[in-house]
Amino acid sequence: MGSALVKLEDRKRFGSDSGAHRPQGAGREEHVPIRSDMDIVGARQRGREIALMLGFQGTDPTLIASAISELARNIVQYAGQGEIVLRIVERDGRRGIEIVARDEGPGIGNLDMALQVGYSTSGGLGLGLPGTKRLMDEFEIGAPRGLGTTVRVVKWKK
Amino acid sequence: MEVPILKQHEFLIATVQAALSDADLTLLRDALVERVGKFRSRGVIVDVTALDVMDSFASRTLRDLAHMIRLRGAETVIVGIQPEVAFAMVQLGLNLEGVATALDLEEGLAFLDRRARKSIGQRSRET
Repeated sequence: MGSALVKLEDRKRFGSDSGAHRPQGAGREEHVPIRSDMDIVGARQRGREIALMLGFQGTDPTLIASAISELARNIVQYAGQGEIVLRIVERDGRRGIEIVARDEGPGIGNLDMALQVGYSTSGGLGLGLPGTKRLMDEFEIGAPRGLGTTVRVVKWKK
Repeated sequence: MEVPILKQHEFLIATVQAALSDADLTLLRDALVERVGKFRSRGVIVDVTALDVMDSFASRTLRDLAHMIRLRGAETVIVGIQPEVAFAMVQLGLNLEGVATALDLEEGLAFLDRRARKSIGQRSRET
């Protein structure tokens, strides 16, 4: 769990170091506060808009919006509030959208279980996290007990 | 945003017109379960053509809705799931198991008509 958080720090460094080579828009980020189920819709719609702006096509904008919906719902359900950060990223000439879901809730007791299909502590379907992982190209989670949960996912443009 | 529910003969038609919050979806479920008794409806159509995302909560709520309506003695059919929404649902591992689906409103009405006729046939055979 500690390692995932270290990776998140690396990402922050990556974000600021690559400034000089950044194409227009890369590194730009938006913070969407998540305080109730009403904010879930707003976050996923903003994510879809950014995906379309980046030129994502076909089913990708819907996949991205679906992933945001699941991540934002987890915040509302388990932590009560938190935020979704939407960020334009670039690596090796490819652009993508990075979504970071962050809260200061109870964290996740058993991370391995939480990533298994069908496991839920809330009476849900247990598809949220494993499903989100399948929708996206990169998936990272840090959830030390008592210290909140951070999930980072990236979808790259094909 | 509240979903309008239309009564058309023995059917109820709920047309989702924009993205729905969790609370809207729960309200829709409860309203349909109640009205199917009030109007003595035989079938319910939920048109989700305008729904932007069908995530785990939406799938679960629609499935619960259909099962509750069945317990009330009517049939539910979900219509208008868009291709990209269906794709995302499959990727997420979501299904609407045990729930009837149809391409659009027209197909949904045809499905419910067939169902209603079948049950009338059964009833007349029993008497």
